[in-house]
Amino acid sequence: MDENELNLRPNQIPEELKGSIAVTTLDRIYNWSRRNSIWPMMFGLACCAIEMIATAASRYDFSRFGMEVMRASPRQADVMIVSGTVTKKMIPQIVRLYNQMAEPKYVIAMGACASGGGPFKEGYNVVPGIDRFIPVDVYIPGCPPTPQALLNGLITLQKKIDSESLKSVRWYQKGKIEPIPIPVLGPDLIDPRQSPLIKELCQSQISNVSPAGTPENLEAHHDNQLD
Amino acid sequence: MNGLWILRGLGVTLKHFIETYIEDFRQGKKRYFTAQGIEQRRSSKTRGIFTVQYPEEKLPVPEEFRYLPFLVYEEVNGQRKLRCTACGICAKVCPPQCIWIVRSTDPETGRPVPAPSEFYIDVDVCMNCGFCAEYCPFDAIKMDHDYEIASFDRQREHVFDLQKISKPVTYYAKIRPGNYAEEQRARMMKEAAKTIA
Amino acid sequence: MTTSWIETQLTEYLLERFGEAVQPDSRPGYLGFLVARNKLLEVCRSLRDEFGFDYLSSVTGVDYHPEPFMEVVYHFYKSTGGSALVMKTQAPRDNPTVPSLCSLYPGADFQEREAWDLLGIRFEGHPDLRRILMWEGFAGHPLRKDWREPFFEEDAKPFKSRWPEGHFIRVEDNNPYKNNVSYPPDFDPGKWVPDKDELLYGGLQSFEEDSEIKTERIVVNLGPQHPSTHGVFRMVVLLEGERVVDLKPVMGYLHRNHEKIGERNTYLQNMPFTDRLDYICSMSNNFGYALAVEKLMGIQPPERAEYIRVMMAELTRFLNHMFSIGFLLNDLGAFFTPSLYAIEERELILDIFEEVAGSRMMCNYFRFGGVARDVPEQVLDKIKTLVHDRLPRKLDEFERYLTHNEILRSRCEGVGVLTPEQAIALSVAGPVLRASGVPYDVRRADPYSIYERLEFDVAYGIHGDIYDRYLVRIEEMRQSLRILRQVLKDIPNGPVMAGKPQFQVRVPPGEAYGRVEGPKGELGFYVVSNGKPNPWRYHVRAPSFINLTSLKTMAHGAKVADLVAILGSIDIVLGEVDR
Ligand code: SF4
Ligand code: SF4
Ligand code: SF4
Repeated sequence: MDENELNLRPNQIPEELKGSIAVTTLDRIYNWSRRNSIWPMMFGLACCAIEMIATAASRYDFSRFGMEVMRASPRQADVMIVSGTVTKKMIPQIVRLYNQMAEPKYVIAMGACASGGGPFKEGYNVVPGIDRFIPVDVYIPGCPPTPQALLNGLITLQKKIDSESLKSVRWYQKGKIEPIPIPVLGPDLIDPRQSPLIKELCQSQISNVSPAGTPENLEAHHDNQLD
Repeated sequence: MNGLWILRGLGVTLKHFIETYIEDFRQGKKRYFTAQGIEQRRSSKTRGIFTVQYPEEKLPVPEEFRYLPFLVYEEVNGQRKLRCTACGICAKVCPPQCIWIVRSTDPETGRPVPAPSEFYIDVDVCMNCGFCAEYCPFDAIKMDHDYEIASFDRQREHVFDLQKISKPVTYYAKIRPGNYAEEQRARMMKEAAKTIA
Repeated sequence: MTTSWIETQLTEYLLERFGEAVQPDSRPGYLGFLVARNKLLEVCRSLRDEFGFDYLSSVTGVDYHPEPFMEVVYHFYKSTGGSALVMKTQAPRDNPTVPSLCSLYPGADFQEREAWDLLGIRFEGHPDLRRILMWEGFAGHPLRKDWREPFFEEDAKPFKSRWPEGHFIRVEDNNPYKNNVSYPPDFDPGKWVPDKDELLYGGLQSFEEDSEIKTERIVVNLGPQHPSTHGVFRMVVLLEGERVVDLKPVMGYLHRNHEKIGERNTYLQNMPFTDRLDYICSMSNNFGYALAVEKLMGIQPPERAEYIRVMMAELTRFLNHMFSIGFLLNDLGAFFTPSLYAIEERELILDIFEEVAGSRMMCNYFRFGGVARDVPEQVLDKIKTLVHDRLPRKLDEFERYLTHNEILRSRCEGVGVLTPEQAIALSVAGPVLRASGVPYDVRRADPYSIYERLEFDVAYGIHGDIYDRYLVRIEEMRQSLRILRQVLKDIPNGPVMAGKPQFQVRVPPGEAYGRVEGPKGELGFYVVSNGKPNPWRYHVRAPSFINLTSLKTMAHGAKVADLVAILGSIDIVLGEVDR
């Protein structure tokens, strides 16, 4: 293989859009106007946010892509760049912000942390990937992704927008779009969608296991999780 | 006078504004979209506009730049031969423990063979620290320069397997010529020492 | 440790006056004194008032499980300079209670809360002992050695599952919830009542009731998602009209469990994690950690490596201060132009880091006994042109732009004042401390590396307001350039690493506290080794975190708009605040 071609990737098509309706001229105009006016939310979480600022600043300047201003209010933003480690303490706010954003809205997971937990994944206060809670459109690996990698991600998002069609986009479908239930901070993070499961598993633990707290128990608990 | 310093401050911004046009005039066409122009804009002499217009022009990355790791293979008689011996040092040194290696075993004897049969890197955990490349004793794993890897699906795309991370030694020589030459020299010395001994 | 005359005297005095209650710590590799719990306050008062140890730098706990006790470690300094006095006190593990030092050293406030949160050590007499990094209601104290997180694999890295039978599996797939969670056995989510922050809001109180206009008081939450807070930081403010009456910072929104992970990592594996503490100045973090471990190992990097280290640390200081004053105007409400200029210079320095270390931000460049690789000649030339030409020129331009600007001055002068006494008592460090008129700089007060040989002045202010902090930062940048010029002139040739690069270092048992003057203040790493490949305790004394203790004092009586600028002038980075 020629090493010049090594890093070229075939044009990717998002899974959910494969085999969807053909893109019409009207769609093209609609998409063109949308792809060139995505306003990101001013929302930084961790180290990656600094690279996001660098991307917005003079050297890389993502206004060139129509991401003219960063908006501090979710109501005015089109894309949420989740830039950094998502912690359990922060996730209720992030979900709330996502719910407050108006459709059409997109999410970019910037960096290893936002995509899948990152180097701090094993920690007790870290959510292994923002996509556990909110749908993500584009993932950008790297720790941190350099500004050029972020720009590449933004261009990938534009490509995704290009392949959408008015007939199938979710914000013109009938029915209400349900907001995502906001996680609760309990003894550990509680995803309301999992409440029945949590209850069931916790109950079964009591019946299986004798008094809690001893190391053997911890082991048993650990083994339980494995099967 | 009150407000004088505000005016002087505004002078600074005005100067920045004008400098762009002066530079444009001085350097003409070669200011944009040429390697020379980019080099000029990132040097300490840069004045005026500072923007690199990705993706039309890209800021070249230096040799030591590291993004994700890849495995080096050599072509021997049209066969790919990985340099990796599955010694496991990179997996041990990796701080977030995102390297997974299965060592091959000889199907007949069941003894370990110095080659990996599976090799995974979870790029959603990798912190691009470069330790794996730094401490691999066989120069088998190196840090890549390719950063344009945004994807739509992390479940399928973000665990790099053997197929995805193997790259030829020519590619390595191309992105890191200095390191490559250095290694070659060290290898020659070793060979020479061996033949003498 | 070399004991000077005064320290010998101190030892004698303490032993004589307190008898049994104060014992020299005789464990191999350990320093300082063990103090009985009931005598702690008394001993500390006498240290502060009679011996001048008026600066409490770090408070942290160590869990010696399975030994039945926990230990609280204090590092005291004199604000006039000199080395540390280490004090320890022990408490039984099943009910660890220690008297709080808040009454003597208000700067202990957040650090004691952190020890309570993460280790479950109760500080008696603490005015507001709530969790600080985790939320109220969280189960357990995570830094205890027998506490396990949901994704627990093994006690120490490297994990056995990775090699030679490393069949890949995502760790969340092992968890029944497919997420990083676990619950106590009898837990019922339907019955759970989440914490409503009543303690937090209830704790807000007014200082005084002397204002003539009585307006209704309102509580305002700024953050955690707020453009003014420099990251995910939250301030709960009690307002009377526009005036701030009381304020409570709330943090932990970026708590990434640095210390818990750090205790599982090997010594070397912690190096790239330190990059992510204060992610604007990764080189300084590397420096502090390398110093602490080298102290334990008893090794010394070669000359050239020392010069390179100082060079990188000073470049980092420059870019950090540039960044922070660039964003000052943002905090004042005028958007972006100066910060764009600042980022331009930052980018040029980052180019150098990228060329030397491989990454713009996460340099991971220091190793124990040296640095990862040499700085090539052409990069040195680049640094030279930057240091001799570009950076001073741009700094002048920056000053012409901002320093005398009338609006800036009227917004910053006299706002957010911190007196020298308050600054010392609150354990504030770095430019904030110096702007209050305390010329304390670790590079001079307790020199490390080659700073003793270098000529530079410690910049300090007089008024302790935002404007002085700005000026101190500008002056520090000039001094950094001065240091850089000397370093570039004198840098010797030679190796950059003592011994062969190793990925497993042998660290003898003991404890060490390595500190550097980071751009944000005194950055300390407290490492306890028990001879194993991974540290037993790994604690970071984060300047941003401790500097925040002073926010309440500075903000008292200020207007809301000024509050944002005051926070900006402390110059915090949330990665370091929450760790
Ligand atoms: S991916 Fe890396 S750089 Fe980005 S937030 Fe996570 S640790 Fe920081
Ligand atoms: S890449 Fe290098 S260090 Fe890793 S297993 Fe292969 S030979 Fe060993
Ligand atoms: S770069 Fe670092 S984190 Fe990534 S695979 Fe190599 S050692 Fe592991």
